[in-house]
Amino acid sequence: MSQINRLAEGGLINRSKPLNFSFDGKTYEGFEGDTLASALIANGVSLFGRSFKYHRPRGVMTAGSEEPNALVELRTGNRLEPNSRATTVELFDGLVANSQNRWPSLNFDLMSINSLLSPFFTAGFYYKTFMWPASFWEKLYEPAIRRAAGLGKPPEGFDPDHYEKSFAHCDVLVIGAGPAGLSAALAAGRSGARIILSDEGPLLGGRLLSDNLFINDMPALDWVQKVTAELENLPNIKILRRTTVFGVYDHGVYGAVERVSDHLAVPNEFSPRQRSYRIIAKRAILGSGAVERTMVFGDNDRPGIMLGSAVRTYINQYAALPGKRAVVLISSNDGLRTVDALKNNGAQIEAIIDTRNGEMIQRALGGKRVQAVQTIDKNGNIRIVECDLVAVSNGWNPSLHLTCHLGGRPVWDEAKNAFLPGKLPTGLTVAGAAQGKFTLQEALEDGSRAGNEAAEQLGYQVKSIEIPSAEPEVFAHQPTWRIKSTKGKSFVDFQHDVTDLDIELANREGFKSVEHMKRYTTLGMATDQGKTANVAGLAILGEVSNRTIPEVGTTIFRPPYTPVSLGALAGHHIHRDFRPTRLTPSHQWASERGAVFMETGLWMRAQYFPEYSGENWLDAMIREVKGTRESVGVCDVSTLGKIDIQGKDAAIFLDRIYTGTFSTLPVGRVRYGLMMREDGFVFDDGTTARLGEHHYLTTTTTAGAAKVMAHLEFCHQVLWPELNIAFTSVTEQWAQYSVAGPNARAVLEKIVDPDIDISNEQFPYMACKSITICGKIPARLFRISFSGELAYEIGVPNRYGDALIRALMDAGKSYGIIPYGLEALSTMRIEKGHVAGGELNGQTTPRDLGLSKMVSQKKDCIGKHMSERPALLEPERPILVGIKVKNTRSKLTGGAHFLDIGSQASLDKDLGHLTSVTYSPNLNCWIGLGLLKNGRNRLGETIRAVDFMRKTDVLVEVCDPVFLDVDGERLRG
Amino acid sequence: MRIPCPFCGERDLQEYSFLGEAGLKRPDPKADDAQQQFHDYVHIRKNKAGLTNELWQHIHGCRSWIVVRRDTLTHEIFSSEFASDTLKEPAK
Repeated sequence: MSQINRLAEGGLINRSKPLNFSFDGKTYEGFEGDTLASALIANGVSLFGRSFKYHRPRGVMTAGSEEPNALVELRTGNRLEPNSRATTVELFDGLVANSQNRWPSLNFDLMSINSLLSPFFTAGFYYKTFMWPASFWEKLYEPAIRRAAGLGKPPEGFDPDHYEKSFAHCDVLVIGAGPAGLSAALAAGRSGARIILSDEGPLLGGRLLSDNLFINDMPALDWVQKVTAELENLPNIKILRRTTVFGVYDHGVYGAVERVSDHLAVPNEFSPRQRSYRIIAKRAILGSGAVERTMVFGDNDRPGIMLGSAVRTYINQYAALPGKRAVVLISSNDGLRTVDALKNNGAQIEAIIDTRNGEMIQRALGGKRVQAVQTIDKNGNIRIVECDLVAVSNGWNPSLHLTCHLGGRPVWDEAKNAFLPGKLPTGLTVAGAAQGKFTLQEALEDGSRAGNEAAEQLGYQVKSIEIPSAEPEVFAHQPTWRIKSTKGKSFVDFQHDVTDLDIELANREGFKSVEHMKRYTTLGMATDQGKTANVAGLAILGEVSNRTIPEVGTTIFRPPYTPVSLGALAGHHIHRDFRPTRLTPSHQWASERGAVFMETGLWMRAQYFPEYSGENWLDAMIREVKGTRESVGVCDVSTLGKIDIQGKDAAIFLDRIYTGTFSTLPVGRVRYGLMMREDGFVFDDGTTARLGEHHYLTTTTTAGAAKVMAHLEFCHQVLWPELNIAFTSVTEQWAQYSVAGPNARAVLEKIVDPDIDISNEQFPYMACKSITICGKIPARLFRISFSGELAYEIGVPNRYGDALIRALMDAGKSYGIIPYGLEALSTMRIEKGHVAGGELNGQTTPRDLGLSKMVSQKKDCIGKHMSERPALLEPERPILVGIKVKNTRSKLTGGAHFLDIGSQASLDKDLGHLTSVTYSPNLNCWIGLGLLKNGRNRLGETIRAVDFMRKTDVLVEVCDPVFLDVDGERLRG
Repeated sequence: MRIPCPFCGERDLQEYSFLGEAGLKRPDPKADDAQQQFHDYVHIRKNKAGLTNELWQHIHGCRSWIVVRRDTLTHEIFSSEFASDTLKEPAK
């Protein structure tokens, strides 16, 4: 029998299910129902890890989620989880855990030299010691400190498990399934209210699992079983075990995380590891209980020094005896139960030290395990008591963390010597020990009351409930915060290695406010948020600054109550699923052609279509541009936003939205439009077609589709609700292709139905029409051009999109039709001087883009007044120009800044910047568009384009932004 | 946060997008000091701590623009209505 400290009987463990596990490479055996901590204790292991700063040996202090010391690296490989609390890790067969923050081994840790250097590591040591020289910080201090300090290390690969996010709704959320929570759930549940009952652990019962108490003269666990059975049979109750409610948010929203599979080696198939919830609860009852307090004395962190309540939990719930020779240190009669639990299970009580009698522990002796304590009585007599366990009971701190999440501040209660919840979040009440009602009887009564009240407030008929009677208990105590020790370190915050002297130092150096002391010493700022540390820290600050605890005040808690894995918060929204991917109607066809795709927003668009494997983007782009300009090319432009606007006021609406006038646009014609924000800067652009007297189709940029839609909705609903219009996005309802090039019409003539005349006379530049193609398939044809060529856009209902691209390619075969991608599209628009993303950057006005003429002076529109502010009309303000390299071998880079020849590269000499660049297959050199100060008066001049990021400094010529077909003859041909 | 939509009912915060202060009236573009008025309309906000009327859009729902009456100190929400219905009343 390897489990040397396992009691022969008792406990809520399943002795018929032995489980093998390993810790630091050594294998052990435990039982189903164990935690990692209880199984190690049963195996006589007391050293769990090394501390954060001083690398002190540490063991288990608690038996719950408040554990500051026993943090381990759980599992291996990409499932490794650092800083797992051994006290809450449920044992499973094959579990692998390792201690952390030690080198080379837990037993022999070289870094514990930090402990000897501790005078240098007191509060604020970072600020004081590593101030200068500044250059040493990054190279020397920080890496060294990072190696020496810290907790576990995260895995480097991706977590192989998956996580879920979920919503849950209920009438009453009961947080914690101890005596108060169970009573509350029962009372509210019997009324018919919809209840969610959650508990951190796998078992319901709370402290009834660890203390052998009696309810109605029966073992309390019988009562727990009876209540659990009733709750499980009620259809209106959902019990969430292994679920931590970690945060309270506005309007009854609670954040929770359910550890669905953490107790298994590997999650079951189709099951997440964890699931995060947003629980929306009309009422909530906090029955989170209380955490016992330790005392601050010399070397109080030695393994084997534990909370009395934890000792009882290990004995009663897990049948694991944490020590054989015990000293029990108490400040209350409540602590005496530990004496009984130890005695009844074969441990020897070496001493009971009751601080109320004036006797105290000055210091613990021993290294990796406590070996004795040195006590002092009120007469100054010192004695040494040998032991291997110290059980400390010093009163209780209600677990009121959640009551602080919306700003509530705990209030000190003199009678109970504890902070009690202050102002509560709306809809939340606190019951039982969390409210300072520590006795079992009080908890049962308070829970029933809270459950009834919540149900009643929600209009449910409450059934009368007989409250069970519990054995009497006494919780009165006189807390002893610290015993000043001349030797050894007295820890307050175990996880962050904050000692009483650090708090004294903070006070001495002026950090007297509790918020300052917290930040200066980092007390309460570790992963446990100081659950076992904070109150003692305040008390000591009060002691050294001659203030009472209420005068010192308290810091408050923020979510999360316990650490939450990022995976649970992300759910399935990771990797590719971080956001949706939108595919164009021609995607399948383009994939078959071997297109190279690029992400533009959520869309995947073809960047270019390599003709042979390995053709690079530049060669492909040049080929695609030439092919289009010389014969005909086709491009999927379905990603442009399309908004269908109808109603008798549609024309008025568009006149107010756009700088141009759409009420005068004849039916069957298209016009280019520019849209401003109300602050006068250009927001978006696109073409609008008048399909009928009261029917328009507006297009937006790909990137602007969603925000333009929201803007139009704002303008209609908030500014002008009196307008009789309706509009809807039809972006995904229409597949649309641009067919461009001198042979575009010839290609289209092959697919339009025979009765459709698209000759230049019947269907001139900027015409639009609903037509049929390929035998009565409905389509819309627009004669618009982004490329500067004779061009059309043809739209069909989305389901015909794939068929249409294939039909177009077929029809164009004899003309050598080629598909072109975003690179060619962009090059052709730059050659033609059309503005796009680089120019529509949210900081340009119509005037800056050389489009002043597009702003009608006969009417108002959104942004008109603001765009005419004097500073925006300054001639010096950068304006759109074309840019051409002087030396045809030079290259341009987007974002390069303009400077005069010979001028310094400084902000005041800066003349503007290049907004778009491309290689022009028609000019056989790099060209671009840019915003240049006084640009229109500098055409023909030579300046520099300087890019410090990519180290280029190129001579360029300022020219008109239209590089090709200035008179637009091709468009109209 | 939970925001009541007059069309869809109470919904989670993540279904909404926030714009800002409600009740601003777009100035008369023909006014003599229109440019100044537009400047104030675009840039000047009360930024009040306490009871405010705010414009939200239920973007992942019915897409209504709504005016939410909310206390920015407590996050308590008192009412919400369609922005198009509130327009006739003067801004508070």
